[in-house]
Amino acid sequence: MQIPELAIDVSHLVTHYGSRKILDDISFQARQGEIMVIMGGSGSGKSTLLRHLLGLHQPTSGSIRLLGKDITQLNADQMYDLRKNMGVAFQGGALFNSMTVGENVELPLREHARLDENTMRIMSRMKLEVVNLAGFENLMPAELSGGMIKRAALARAIVMDPRLLFFDEPSAGLDPVVSAELDELILILRDAMNMTIVVVTHELESAFKIADRITVLDQGRILMSDTVTAVRASDNPRIQSLLNRTPRNEAINPDEYMERLTREIF
Amino acid sequence: MDIQIEDRLPFKLVRLSGDVDLHSSPRAREAILNALKLKMPLLVELSAVSYMDSSGVASLVEGYQTARKQGLEFGLVAVAQSAMNVLKLARLDKVFPIYDSLDEII
Ligand SMILES: Nc1ncnc2c1ncn2[C@@H]1O[C@H](COP(=O)(O)OP(=O)(O)O)[C@@H](O)[C@H]1O
Ligand SMILES: [Mg+2]
Repeated sequence: MQIPELAIDVSHLVTHYGSRKILDDISFQARQGEIMVIMGGSGSGKSTLLRHLLGLHQPTSGSIRLLGKDITQLNADQMYDLRKNMGVAFQGGALFNSMTVGENVELPLREHARLDENTMRIMSRMKLEVVNLAGFENLMPAELSGGMIKRAALARAIVMDPRLLFFDEPSAGLDPVVSAELDELILILRDAMNMTIVVVTHELESAFKIADRITVLDQGRILMSDTVTAVRASDNPRIQSLLNRTPRNEAINPDEYMERLTREIF
Repeated sequence: MDIQIEDRLPFKLVRLSGDVDLHSSPRAREAILNALKLKMPLLVELSAVSYMDSSGVASLVEGYQTARKQGLEFGLVAVAQSAMNVLKLARLDKVFPIYDSLDEII
């Protein structure tokens, strides 16, 4: 199987909802085996960008190359073929409540392949093993905790061994221990399978732990798309406020500082 | 994907080559399960496999369990890297008998 070096290559992407511009001149790349974290405040366009990467929306202009193919130019059959190489874990898990966990995990196999029932069952159980849900295949989603639902959704996303994995807000609504476990899993998947992984998150700690590169969105534009080290070192005030820390090298104005500390006291 | 079946007494030897993926793995499964019907110990040789996905590994799992149920020896020989990645991810590298080469077992 031929794998282009750039697994994701987004170039000058522009998109509108109605007449409102939502994404403006977005360009970034991810190599095969890289973990790209997309960050940004609420409403900055993270989910919109993810939906475009998944081919769920057609942009106004620009190109989105996944595994060497520009998805804005593909027909439905070509997109269907490409989707076999793409796994998606949505924010809420998006499991079907009427199906068991195992049936949920098998779903992409039924959609995309013609395999023996035994093969599908073994494949889904192998992935439940990977996400530490061994033996849970016969439970219903309603019987799972929030963290377990995310892990089941991850098992479903990887059941076809995708080259590209997209993960929307893996840690949202989870306690720190459970979200750290998910971060660990994301790293294991990349290391074992050389998957290219796109994670949308606003959890800074998680982003720094898993990312090779971070793309920071601000009001639909890219503020920065660079390595973790470069993002950490950035002196852009908007990045700094996202990182929620004062730059170490920022000159302190003693009058302003004292005023901030003592306002309404003196 | 190509399949070759040989006798390497006391074993039956199934050699897979090329891509063992969603498309081709049903044939690999069938070859392995059919070979086991001969009630001979089975080796699956994978040195010429260029790519193996989870569906291929699932077929190996089903073959191994079928062999175990009948008390037949079963082993993997010269496991290619992509197959090893899938095996390791599910910790199956600690479950299957795995040999580096045929010389090691025959
Ligand atoms: N379906 C939609 N129709 C119109 N506007 C939308 C729609 N979805 C999102 N938006 C707007 O697009 C902007 C980006 O939203 P979104 O991509 O959801 O941001 P984020 O995921 O970063 O919070 C927001 O201003 C939001 O109100
Ligand atoms: Mg969002």
